[in-house]
Amino acid sequence: MTSNPASVVSARNLGLTFETSDGPVNALTGVNLDVDKGDFVSFIGPSGCGKTTFLRIIADLEKPTAGTIAVNGMTPEEARRRRAYGYVFQAAALYPWRTIEKNIALPLEIMGYSREEQKARIERTLELVNLSGFGKKYPWQLSGGMQQRASIARALAFDADLLLMDEPFGALDEIVRDHLNEQLLKLWARTDKTICFVTHSIPEAVYLSTKIIVMSPRPGRVTDVIESTLPKERPLGIRETPEFLEIAHRVREGLRAGHSYDE
Amino acid sequence: MHKQSLLRDKLLPICTVVAFLIAVWYVAAVFLNAPFERDTAARAGTEIAFSDLVRNTMAQERPVLPAPHQVVAEIWDTTANKAITSKRSLVYHAWITLSATLLGFGIGAALGILLAVGIVHNRAMDRSLMPWVIASQTIPILAIAPMIIVVLNAIGIAGLLPKALISTYLSFFPVVVGMVKGLRSPEAIQLDLMHTYNASQAQTFWKLRWPSSMPYLFTSLKVAVAISLVGAIVGELPTGAVAGLGARLLAGSYYGQTVQIWAALFMAAALAAVLVMIVGAAHTAVLKRMGAKP
Repeated sequence: MTSNPASVVSARNLGLTFETSDGPVNALTGVNLDVDKGDFVSFIGPSGCGKTTFLRIIADLEKPTAGTIAVNGMTPEEARRRRAYGYVFQAAALYPWRTIEKNIALPLEIMGYSREEQKARIERTLELVNLSGFGKKYPWQLSGGMQQRASIARALAFDADLLLMDEPFGALDEIVRDHLNEQLLKLWARTDKTICFVTHSIPEAVYLSTKIIVMSPRPGRVTDVIESTLPKERPLGIRETPEFLEIAHRVREGLRAGHSYDE
Repeated sequence: MHKQSLLRDKLLPICTVVAFLIAVWYVAAVFLNAPFERDTAARAGTEIAFSDLVRNTMAQERPVLPAPHQVVAEIWDTTANKAITSKRSLVYHAWITLSATLLGFGIGAALGILLAVGIVHNRAMDRSLMPWVIASQTIPILAIAPMIIVVLNAIGIAGLLPKALISTYLSFFPVVVGMVKGLRSPEAIQLDLMHTYNASQAQTFWKLRWPSSMPYLFTSLKVAVAISLVGAIVGELPTGAVAGLGARLLAGSYYGQTVQIWAALFMAAALAAVLVMIVGAAHTAVLKRMGAKP
């Protein structure tokens, strides 16, 4: 198999083994995967299944030890140097000494955007995540959900077509999470980005994705790839429909099959 | 939450402790100075009444332990009643020591920060430098101070700088240790974030490491400024300095002028307190500018 040049992310036989004092740990083995432009791909699985590791390989935060991976047809390192992606971490990771707008300006300063351009982009992205008017606040003055939205705005501020999100809503309560999921879908529809989204919530994965990658641990691997049949327009109520429940069921089955309970 | 009250929350506790210490001091002064009064009385062949004994112990010229009011009177006499250019003025001596302290502190802080930056960014420096930095502080400053003065004198450097360098020798240490910790204090995801932006090392330093290290910097500067003063005073002791608080202490001990020693000691303590307070105020101001939670 060769990489598909049209894919945003294309992995072939990808593997990563960590050398630890207790011997090698297979974080990821034999991953074959294509993420197409405009996809919303969720990675779901229990902890230790390598979903975050895979995202970090795309972002060039980890180096694979086997196989190949291409991001926009380049190596992850080249892609990173060209600032091909925005990364949203589990925690908002806002710099506490910067106001929200200064936090959003951080990547823009580093990438050398002009002051006017920075201002325009801050305004636009704040509006995109519904935080207009909060630009002058410091992170501690915002709730956890607002902080995470600010960190999404920061990832959107520069022109990366790929958004990598590592359990961005994992630490938030369910009501806030539902709300942010809905907003994220709207944002995805408006911006036409490709999104790779790590989660351990089945409803979240099914609700958001066009493609769901089910993964399992020891060794970390892909056990099922589910193409969603849900329409692109998704009100929150869609989660009660039979179609939704059917996909959720298949995800659950996939997770169960890949997980050994005899430990 | 009750309302903050300056009188109740700040002044009252401090004044209580001070009052207690002064009481203890007076009792100790009477106790320690009494033998001299008894000896004097015995030599004169007279009996001394207790009330006279107490009064006399607080008015000796060279007491073992001067009473607080004697020290206060001495400080007042040598600060307010003398021209500050006079060699008898405590302000003059304090300034001599202070100037060495500030110069030494400035060089020490700058040196400490530079070393910390090197240690954090360079593996070789990390491995090789830190043991020497720690070893430097195990050498008694009293032993090395005269050497520094002598060596620098031999190459024609005299005056303020040698003394300041002894302050530097003491004060760079807490800054190195604090700043190494501070520059390494950013969390992994904050550093990962910089990596995803393909930020240069300089950008990561100025936009992340340096601001992260501010609380560590000021905490270590508070320690550094206090020991800078100690360094300057120690630098004056074994080197035959003729001016400065250290020289004043030394002269006092030569001639048994305990009141003068205590006055110099209090001047040094007050100076240290003021210096630490100034650094503390700068700390608060910087954190406020950085949007810290009030």
